[in-house]
Amino acid sequence: MKIAVCVSHVPDTATKIKIAENGKTIDSNDVTYVINPYDEFAVEEALKTKEKVGGEVVVISLGGEANKESIRKALAMGADSGVLLKDEDERDSSSLAFALADEIKAQGAELVFFGKQAVDFDNSVTGQITAELLGFNCVSVAVAFNIEGDKVIAEREIEGGKEVIETKIPAVITAQKGLNEPRYASLKGIMAAKRKIIEEKNAISSPNKTEVVQMKKPHGKQAGKILGSDASAVPELVRLLKEEAKVI
Amino acid sequence: MANKILVVLEQRDNQLKKITHEVAKVGSDLANKLTCEVEAVVVGGDVNPLNKVGGFGVKKVTLIKNEELSNYSPSAYTKIISDFADEIGADILIFGNTAIGKDLAPRVSVKLDAGIAMDCVELNFSDGEIIATRPVYAGKALVDIKINSDKKVFVLRPNVFNPGESTESEAEVVLKAIDAPDLSTKVVEVKKSEGKLDVAEASIIVSGGRGMKEAENFKLVEELAEVLGAAVGASRAVVDAGWRPHAEQVGQTGKVVSPNLYVALGISGAIQHLAGMRSSKYIVAINKDVDAPIFQVADYGITGDVFEVVPALIEELKK
Repeated sequence: MKIAVCVSHVPDTATKIKIAENGKTIDSNDVTYVINPYDEFAVEEALKTKEKVGGEVVVISLGGEANKESIRKALAMGADSGVLLKDEDERDSSSLAFALADEIKAQGAELVFFGKQAVDFDNSVTGQITAELLGFNCVSVAVAFNIEGDKVIAEREIEGGKEVIETKIPAVITAQKGLNEPRYASLKGIMAAKRKIIEEKNAISSPNKTEVVQMKKPHGKQAGKILGSDASAVPELVRLLKEEAKVI
Repeated sequence: MANKILVVLEQRDNQLKKITHEVAKVGSDLANKLTCEVEAVVVGGDVNPLNKVGGFGVKKVTLIKNEELSNYSPSAYTKIISDFADEIGADILIFGNTAIGKDLAPRVSVKLDAGIAMDCVELNFSDGEIIATRPVYAGKALVDIKINSDKKVFVLRPNVFNPGESTESEAEVVLKAIDAPDLSTKVVEVKKSEGKLDVAEASIIVSGGRGMKEAENFKLVEELAEVLGAAVGASRAVVDAGWRPHAEQVGQTGKVVSPNLYVALGISGAIQHLAGMRSSKYIVAINKDVDAPIFQVADYGITGDVFEVVPALIEELKK
């Protein structure tokens, strides 16, 4: 079976965010970019599925040259080939999904894994939109996944529990932390990844439906009061929570 | 300009969720500003009571009913909501940014060829256009976005928009039975975490970090949570160490929360953690490390030993 994994290349979560002079994007100077953390679970699940049912895993990423680093990371973990959909423009989720869906169709993939969200714009919609554009079934925020023939049983995280979902391929699965333990790339894997092919294509264009008017810093929360350094401060804390904050 | 707003309500076990009041109020306020109509829809089984939605400004609610739809079905719900929006001519849809809303809203947006703004924390107007404010980079920054397509979908972060008190006004309830929904993707079982409040829904959260020293000591976190009627949360470090389940993780690769009160015990406040909880209305930090970054966002801090301060706090609260 042909399995696709879509990965994005995002600022490391330890990054301090500075806003660029254009007031609409982040200042990417001094920012370390990594494979989106949730996409590592997606890659792992794709590899596990290939090990179970056979087939091949293709990694797809849309963006600039730098995205090749994240593609290479997935190749080093064990994916078979990569596709870079070249595009330097800012895309919203709809436009991104449109280009990914086009490539997934061209690849003939029947099972597609995404991370449940990219930790840059945090939209958590690209997998679902791509599924809908392709007419694929979809399970988002998956914490368990199993495939038997064309039948998929997955669990998705919900408030206070999990939903067990039954569906069929072709399907899109978006991966949540807890789905698996992503493997480390072995030295052999890293060497092999250097020889694997990353095909480069121009991403097909699709208009954005949304537009960023401005990016801004959140209202900074000010450091409040230090009430003390031991249990003697407790009565004052409880009084403030009751009378000033009125939250208990 | 907008013709009609459709508010999409959410039910579990045929009971409306709390987010329902928030989406209904935002929908009706928006309708007043845009001088257009607003109505609500919910998919499910015998969802009851529905007329109470009227107390939050929505005068008409349609229940699209089939016993098989008591549980969520991505395929069926997507088709039903999209068809209903078309049928009534809705061009603005409002959902809650919940487990169901996050799955459903983007799929409906494709069917309607609508632009979508997820996880909105504010909706404002500028030159007659709706500007949605939403956090990015887990809240380290915010963006104001506008949707340029004719149809628009806004998905609201729970517990941020204040629905106010119900006016006790009642909504007209319309029942619409539906046959043979598309169940190609369906929920066959719901596994509930026994008796636990979820951090995503709680109005008070008590979280523990590395400073709790070992998994066993989370009893103290749980005990304080119980006294406060709070959910238990955890930092990434303790989830990665296997002390707590991932569902409790607060932060950039866990849940982003905004409760009324967030109590951080033995949490230093790594940037990823602060990103996930800094929008809490009140923050209390208890940590013996005076320089811990958590104190930079805490409204009230005690720079003491959690094992001494927390038992005293539990005692004081029990008084």
